[in-house]
This record gives sequence, structure tokens and C-alpha cells, in this order.
Amino acid sequence: MPLEWILDKYNYWISAALMLIGFYAMISKKNFIKKIIGMTIFQTAIILFYVSIADVEGGAAPILVPGKYVYVNPLPHVLMLTAIVVGVSTTAVALSLIMKIYKKYGSIEEDKILEAR
Amino acid sequence: MIQNFPIFIVIIPLITAFLIPLIGWWRKKYCCYISIFSTLLIFIISIFLLSSVIDSDTIRYHIGGWEPPYGIEYVVDHLSVFMIILIAFISLIITLYSKKSVEKELSDNIVAFYTLFMLLITGLLGIVITGDLFNLYVFLEISSLAAYALIAVGEKRDALVASFNYLIIGTIAACFILLGIGFLYMVTGSLNMADLSTILSETYTLYPKVVLAAMIFFIVGLSIKIALFPLHVWLPNAYTHAPSVVSAIIAALMTKVGAYVMIRIMFTVFGIYFVTDVIPVTDILSVVAAFAIIIGSINAIAQTDIKRMLAYSSVSQIGYIVLGIGLANQTGLLGGVLHILNHAFMKGCLFLAVGAIIYKTGIRNIYDFQGLGRKMPYTMAAFSIAAISMVGIPPLCGFFSKLFLALGAIESGDWKWIFALVILLSSLLNAGYFLRVLEKAWFGKSYHEDMDEVPKSMLIPTLILAAGCILLGIFVFIPLPFIGSIANILI
Repeated sequence: MPLEWILDKYNYWISAALMLIGFYAMISKKNFIKKIIGMTIFQTAIILFYVSIADVEGGAAPILVPGKYVYVNPLPHVLMLTAIVVGVSTTAVALSLIMKIYKKYGSIEEDKILEAR
Repeated sequence: MIQNFPIFIVIIPLITAFLIPLIGWWRKKYCCYISIFSTLLIFIISIFLLSSVIDSDTIRYHIGGWEPPYGIEYVVDHLSVFMIILIAFISLIITLYSKKSVEKELSDNIVAFYTLFMLLITGLLGIVITGDLFNLYVFLEISSLAAYALIAVGEKRDALVASFNYLIIGTIAACFILLGIGFLYMVTGSLNMADLSTILSETYTLYPKVVLAAMIFFIVGLSIKIALFPLHVWLPNAYTHAPSVVSAIIAALMTKVGAYVMIRIMFTVFGIYFVTDVIPVTDILSVVAAFAIIIGSINAIAQTDIKRMLAYSSVSQIGYIVLGIGLANQTGLLGGVLHILNHAFMKGCLFLAVGAIIYKTGIRNIYDFQGLGRKMPYTMAAFSIAAISMVGIPPLCGFFSKLFLALGAIESGDWKWIFALVILLSSLLNAGYFLRVLEKAWFGKSYHEDMDEVPKSMLIPTLILAAGCILLGIFVFIPLPFIGSIANILI
């Protein structure tokens, strides 16, 4: 039973694993760019989670096609379009901050910046 | 016209945010005036909304004519309109103040500052007016992104790192909130708050674990956003290194709006029964808040930088608001909501006064405040009034919110009377760190003999907020019935 339990919901397991990887990178990596990579992984994992919610067994893409009566739920997809925009803006702000930090400190390693303060 | 006011509240600052770069490209100095005009317009509209909510009940605005729960709904109820008025008023005061301060401190980035400032206000107003969970997340991120950029807008190197750390922690919080929304959507299929609150009690019997997980994600995410004690690490650096005006707006409004979201999620979406009986979130929150109150105050005593001291004081004041939420009875919640109002005035006034001092003298260390009372009497008078109010001396406003919190603690019985002692102890600690500054400023040996005040455009807004601290104390019975009805509706 445990194996099936894992295999049946493999998309949720993958998204949970990705979330933890991203979360770990965000809080433990010392390099600022690596933190941002972790952040992007975290956000992408959430997108995967939402898209998994939307799935309907045997559902077609939510476009009006003759002969198809089962569609996947389009709302989470729409929500995720907004979340992607939010994620991109966050990454843009973060990267521009990193550029400024590099100009002022000459480094993007947390240890060196703490020393330089 | 009047039925479209809820959407105007969000649209006006948003359009202004996009107009400012165009106008700033032509003439930089007009940026400030158009911001003042826009915030004034919002303030006037919010007064109309207030009178309309008092006369008839809650206003519901369906965006694009789509009926909820399918479309996004804007809801202006008692709590929302209270927050809208607060945000509109404080941002109007701070915009009036900002002109000289920004010209001196951020001379290269005036246009960027006002654009981001308007986006921040858009986000904050959007959060308090929306009735849709996902829309709330989007506005939360708009305001947070504007805040990250605003902290870094001075391009000082410490501010850049503080802003980056805030961004990382804030994004973790936002991801948690987004996950919480996802869990709720998964089991209910709805994002509308009013709709969710009716569905959730039934859903809980079917999927208890999912609803609990959503609850925990929300609480942890929001605790990071409002800097509740063990998760407050981003706050002191962000407040200390941000430009003066930005510190004032973030300290006065950002965390308060986070507290509003916490009240909304806990009492409107999940409901009082769920947060007290099913899972004792409120008890846990109130204990954490008690620690926040004490440890924030103790940390504040240890600081020598005035802005960092005020930042730690904010950590402890957030504790009061969360304590009010955690007591989960009407008196306690009334105290908490009243403290949102009072703390916005007090902390706004303190940061504006400190901004004025930094503008004129560049002093940040408390030990350099010697005799500042003779050099800048009006600014220091405003600072003193707000500081004494923060301690909680009776005729001033800080006393009344603490009084209601203490009464709420005693009313809730069992072991919770101990929170009244925490409030008393914290007031003494508050007195410790504020009187230290006041003693130096008024009775210290003076190095500055001549009076040398800041420009009137900076002085008057500070004095208005200081006067607000006194008036909200003496005439506390005027807003009290309204805030009482907020607590009454929620619990």
C-alpha cells in the first residue's frame, strides 16, 4: 500500500520535494545568486502543486472542442499565470539588488559582506 | 459614481504610480504634488466610504460585474473602512512631509521614490479592501515588492543588504501564504472569503488535515510578514537602514496591514470557533506575543542607534496587537484594533521626528541627543508626546489600547491574567528606553544654543501626528463605539 500511495500522488511528492530543496537553498546557501535559484525552485514547485490540483482524470485542455465533455479546472492555471508574474518581478528586484550589492561590496558571498560591514 | 468608490481607492494610486515617471521625466518637482493630490483624493473618498458604511451596512463591489464566488469581490465592511481611513490619512501626512526629506536624502531617485510609494499604497489599500484570497496574495506581493525596493532606494550599502534579506524572508512568507491558499482551494473550490467561511466548517469534517495545514501555513507566513517575535530578524535592519520617510511609512502601515490580514484570516475566513476550540491557535499566538512584547522591549533598551531602538520597539508593539488578536474576546480584540490605530500614529510620529532630526543634524546615536530639546523644540516636543504615549501615560492614546488589552486579558480568565502583568512590565521597560532619550534631549548639557528647526513642511505633519496622539487619547470615546462594533462583528 505505501508504494502505491506514493506512486499515485507522485506529482504532489515531487512538488513537495522541490519545495524543500528550494527552501533549503534559500536559508542555507551563502551565495546570493544561489539563494535566488532556491527561491525560483520554491515558486516553481508551488506552481506545480497548483497545476496538480487542477488536474481531472482524463480531462482535456480547457478549450471548447466538439466531442469533449471533461475538462481540467482552468482557474488554478489562471492563478498561476499571476503567480508567475509575481515570481518574475520578485526575481527581477532580487537580481537588481544583487547587482547593486556587488557594485558596493565587490562580492555576493554573505560571509564576505558580513566581514565588510 | 458613489457605488464605484471601492475600486477608485485602488485605481487612483495605481494610475498615479504610472503617471509619476511620465511627469517626473518632464519636471521632477511635480512628482511630490501629484502624490499629495492623489493621497488627498483617496482620503476624501475613504471618508465617503466611512459615512456610507456607518449609514447603510457593508458595501460589496463586484469587479467587472461577475458575481462572487466566481468573480473578484471588493468588500468594505467596518474593519476594512477603518484600515482604509488609517492608511489614507497616514500616507497623506507622510507625503506632505516627504518633499524636503526626499529632496535631501534621495536627490537622485525622487521619481523612483514616489512611483514606488504609490505602488506601496496601492498594495496596502488593495489588501484591506479585497474579499478574495488570491487577490489578497497579489496585493500583498505588490506592497512587499514596493517595500523591498523602497528600502534600497537610497542605495546605501547596508540598506541594500537589509533589503535583500527582507526580500528572501518575505518571499518565503509569501510562498507559505500561497500554499495556504492552495490547500484551501483544493478542498473548498472557492477563493471568496465570505463563501469560504460558510463552506469551511463542513469541509473540516471531511478533510481535517488539509484545513489544519492551510491554517498553519497562513499563520506562519503572516507571522513573518508582521515580524512576530521569533521571526522578526528582517525588521531591525530594514527599519534602521531605510531612508527616513520609508522607515516611517513601513513602520506605521506595513506591519499593521499584516495584522489586519491575520484578523481577517482567523476570524472571518476560519471563524472564532475554529481558531479557539478546534486548534488553540489563539492561545499559542498570545503566548508568543507575550514573549515578543518583553524581548522586543529588552532589545530596544540595549540599542544606541535611535532608529534601531524604534525598530525593536515596533517588534514589541506588534506583540500587543497580536496579543489582542490572541485573547479572542471582544475587549481584547478591541484593544488590539485600537492599538493598530494608536501605534500607527505614535510610531509614525516618532519616525517622522527622528527623520527631522537626522535631516537637520545627522544625529542617530542616542548619546548625541544632549540638549537637542533647545535646538529643535517643536520636533522634540512631538517626539516626547509620542514617546510618552508609547509608555502609556493616561491622557494619551497609548494608555487606552493597553488598558483594553489588560482588561481583555483579565476577562478571559484562567491563567490569562498573567498577560496583564506582561503589559505592565513592558510599559515599565518602554519608560526605560524612552525616558533615557527624553532626559538627554531636555535636561542634557546643551552643545547647540540656537534654535534651528526643520522646514515647516516637515514640522507640521509631525505635529499633526503628535496632536493626533493627544486627541485620540482624550476623545477616545469617539472612535470607540465604531471599533467596538468591529470586534462585535468579528467575534
